[in-house]
Amino acid sequence: MASLKDLRNRIASVKATQKITKAMQMVAAAKLRRAQASAEAARPYASKMEAVLANIAGGVSGSEAPALLAGNGKDQVHLLIVCTGERGLCGAFNTSIVRLAREKINALLASGKTVKILCVGKKGFEQLKRNYEKHIVELIELRGIKNIGYGEGEMIAKRVISMFEAGDFDVATLFYSRFRSVIAQIPTAQPLIPAEVPTGKTGGAAASYEYEPDEGAILSTLLPRNIAVQIFRALLENSASFYGSQMSAMDNATRNAGEMIKKQTQIYNRSRQAMITKELIEIISGAEAL
Amino acid sequence: MATFSFELVSPERVLFSGEATQVVVPASEGEITVLANHAPFMSALRAGVVTIDGSKRLFVRGGFVDVSATGLSLLAEKAVAIEEINLEKLAGEIKNAEEDVRDAKTGEARDAAVEVLDGLRAMMAAARN
Repeated sequence: MASLKDLRNRIASVKATQKITKAMQMVAAAKLRRAQASAEAARPYASKMEAVLANIAGGVSGSEAPALLAGNGKDQVHLLIVCTGERGLCGAFNTSIVRLAREKINALLASGKTVKILCVGKKGFEQLKRNYEKHIVELIELRGIKNIGYGEGEMIAKRVISMFEAGDFDVATLFYSRFRSVIAQIPTAQPLIPAEVPTGKTGGAAASYEYEPDEGAILSTLLPRNIAVQIFRALLENSASFYGSQMSAMDNATRNAGEMIKKQTQIYNRSRQAMITKELIEIISGAEAL
Repeated sequence: MATFSFELVSPERVLFSGEATQVVVPASEGEITVLANHAPFMSALRAGVVTIDGSKRLFVRGGFVDVSATGLSLLAEKAVAIEEINLEKLAGEIKNAEEDVRDAKTGEARDAAVEVLDGLRAMMAAARN
């Protein structure tokens, strides 16, 4: 049986923890709102980009299509770009992205493909390092960056494109967590190279367009930008998901701490009362003996 | 005069969305003016100034202009309203970029630095006028 002092200490420490988790929850809520706003602000650009790409890509086909759009015809070396958070204490956020990536890696390895991994965010790197250290080619940390801007997406895209042009890989897939709501974040694998062109919207409209300088030149500047935009959007979705996940995890932790405090306080009060009763009995029986 | 719908979006936000009668766009081969019912047209952008209805001016860099039947959309990697440009800060950035160009060791790094510098200089020129 723990002494009263032990119980008091334990309650105090759980209370301190609860204060921290509560504060983290509120910070995450505020940051979530900002992350969500910037994810939404990025949407019009991305959807316009998609529309433009669909328009042009409909006109260019077959062997004249650039490699970034159609792939280089091979399917041997896969690059997985795994975007995760820089911090923990966010529930299953990092783990679920890593799990999806791991499934994909195992499937690819089983079918005899070569796998390369580019980690964005330290947490995913740490988890993947355990099993796939020799596959990881690079880790890009975004730790010092407070607000993810287009620059970060561009930087990663440049890195990926230069690897592609050097022939380091044939197919690229982007792993991130799509933000549905605070309680639902969906780990997603998105093909990046060859580009996934939204079909259905293409049609006769493409033919009547006038291009300046020409379709090929526009397409060759458009495709790298498209990759940058995709990565940028993934990073934004990821940061919204991260804060959403962290918020609900911290909310849970706060509630658990509250329950624990309640239980411990009850035990504390009971044993305090028992002690008082015991002392009273001792005094009374002592007085009676006189 | 007839109006058409115009959208200016950058990856970070939507800068303009609404009706316009006349928009001047710095396309890669020269400035073009878009009026209502323009033929479908697509071009890359160079660094320069977009003028909406002759009054509102914005600096844009890197992106695309897409004129379709539904209207004009401008995708710009970077876009700022002229009046929001901070001249002193910009001068500092230009100085940094010039140093980057000088310090660049490889040809590639040099090209990238020169590109940044050109963009900043174009922005400066736009802000001065």
